[in-house]
Amino acid sequence: MEHDIGLWGIPIAILGGAIRVSTPFLFVSLGEVLTERAGRINLGLEGTLVFGAMSGYATAVLTGSAWAGVAVAALAGAVFGLVHGILCSLPKVNDIAIGIAMMLFGTGIAFYFGKPYIQPVAPHLPAIPLGFWSDLPQLQAALQVNVLFVAGLGLALGMAWMLRATRIGLTLRVVGDSTDAARAMGLRPNVIRTLATAAGGAFAGIGGAFLSLYYPGSWNEGLSSGQGLMAVALVIFARWNPIACFGAALLFGGAGALGPALQSVGISSGYYLFYAAPYVLTLGVLIATSSPNRAMAGAPGELSITK
Amino acid sequence: MADQTMIGSTGATWLPALARRSEAVVIPLAALVLGLGLFGLFLLTQGKSPVDFMAIVWKGAYGSAFSLQNTLSRAAPLLLAALCVALPARLGLVVIGGEGAIVLGGVATGALGPHLAAVPPIVALPLLGLIAMAVGGLWIGAAGALRFYRGVNETISSLLLAYIAIALMNHLVEGPFRDPASLNKPSTLPLVDALRVGNLPGMEVHWGLAFGLLACVASWVLIDKTTWGFAARIVGGNVRAAQVQGLPVGRLILGFTALAGGFAGLAGFFEVTAVFGSANASLASGYGYTGILIAFLARHNPLAIIPVALLLAGFDAASGLIQRRMDLPDATILVLQGFVFLVILISDTAYGRLKLFHPERWA
Repeated sequence: MEHDIGLWGIPIAILGGAIRVSTPFLFVSLGEVLTERAGRINLGLEGTLVFGAMSGYATAVLTGSAWAGVAVAALAGAVFGLVHGILCSLPKVNDIAIGIAMMLFGTGIAFYFGKPYIQPVAPHLPAIPLGFWSDLPQLQAALQVNVLFVAGLGLALGMAWMLRATRIGLTLRVVGDSTDAARAMGLRPNVIRTLATAAGGAFAGIGGAFLSLYYPGSWNEGLSSGQGLMAVALVIFARWNPIACFGAALLFGGAGALGPALQSVGISSGYYLFYAAPYVLTLGVLIATSSPNRAMAGAPGELSITK
Repeated sequence: MADQTMIGSTGATWLPALARRSEAVVIPLAALVLGLGLFGLFLLTQGKSPVDFMAIVWKGAYGSAFSLQNTLSRAAPLLLAALCVALPARLGLVVIGGEGAIVLGGVATGALGPHLAAVPPIVALPLLGLIAMAVGGLWIGAAGALRFYRGVNETISSLLLAYIAIALMNHLVEGPFRDPASLNKPSTLPLVDALRVGNLPGMEVHWGLAFGLLACVASWVLIDKTTWGFAARIVGGNVRAAQVQGLPVGRLILGFTALAGGFAGLAGFFEVTAVFGSANASLASGYGYTGILIAFLARHNPLAIIPVALLLAGFDAASGLIQRRMDLPDATILVLQGFVFLVILISDTAYGRLKLFHPERWA
């Protein structure tokens, strides 16, 4: 290699990996923030992510446009969210169990329809070369930032503002904190929760499209292994705050990039253990941030997962 | 929905009792039929015949001695995996990481088994089985402990633990415990023949089935006939009330989750000793996830798990035949499971609403 940067390759590869790997985490967790702020939990986003990846990839193959793929993935995610929201509005139906079922259903139906698209190659989403100022090829590669990553950052900022300062944000928070208060204000909690779940599903669908249309950039049945679920845990860690989600997504992305980064500099022993790093990290932050006897700070009052 | 107009309120006393008890049977059965019906509609949109599908399932799952034995062999791990969901569910916990306990139980068996070649099998096999149960119990028990001591949501933690278990399996099977002779599919050293669990007398089905059935019956006795089970059901109904009553909530949660994980670990033990002969990536074949669906379909009743597991094992067993005969992808069974799972959960909303099952409202 022309530029031998030795072990510096590891942090640079982790940085680049964090930016690449974090985008699906970011979109799924922002979607889940929206859903959970309205007082409902959607554990099925893993299934939405996988179906978004498949439908986005298939659309991109068929139309030749990666952006059409993103749009279809968002639409498919919204439909999944809508179904989840409507089912959870039925009395006595358990939203956690519905989430598990939607997770299995989403992955099953994605695998079913995805079979013919494992071979064909789809166009990729464009990236912005933010590393143009450096002449290190490693750094240039690390700073190839995808448009969706930037969009996700904008979305996080926009959601933070929306939740704090707008009528929609206030409505969501009231519904999430107290069904009774929302009813007293003349709001319809189930309708608002269902809409929030649908919007959250659309975000998760976009996260899936990123997986198949940018990084890793292909469709296969092993594409997502729990990213959607980890993003749900990440929301608890980020205390339902969109901007904290952005930081947490980067952290999780970095953990996910650890194994490939070490491999890129030739360290391959224990590869599978590094592969487990994001799961261990997720479990670690859940243990550190949960508490057995008091409600978590910042948690929406109506959320079943923290009760 | 069907209201009772034909049943007179002056009927015999057995009728109201029967009506009340049948709710828990009729609603899941109706949901199962509805779920299969929706899947049939899905098949129609794919240009496939649901009638052909069911005929092939029958042929591939129960139609011949061979297919029936195939179904029964697959039912063995499913019975144990479903118990891994059903036991914690009686305490109000939703544990979905049984796959991890199956995998680690299998890895423990595959890693330690070759070192026990000199030990008499009558000692070595029960020892391996108990170790597999202990490893599985530790894994799911950890999810229970995190729930009780730290308030960590057990659904998320158990699934994360399952992913960690699979990564651990890949590491151990490709690294420290790899049999150098296993080239294409990294595996642990093969077990000696004496440590292979054989078949039940008179059939081509391994002993795992007998242990699975036994575990279901024992779990039913535990939950329905002992004070521990009674205490667990109180915890599941209302944790606060259980605490006020002075019930040992922590010990119940730890005990039930550990036992649940132990059953899943035992499933891994049988997969290695009776099916594969060594531990490898085939251990993570999705039995843990099918077990979730079985437990919910059985409404977490250990005895009801038996028929439901036989049904779903049948779909599993027929999967290959369906792929070949109908040109459908292997994920078809996952789609079927997804439809049935959703409808079963939706049917929760029907409990207590249908007058047919509530004689006090028959006026």
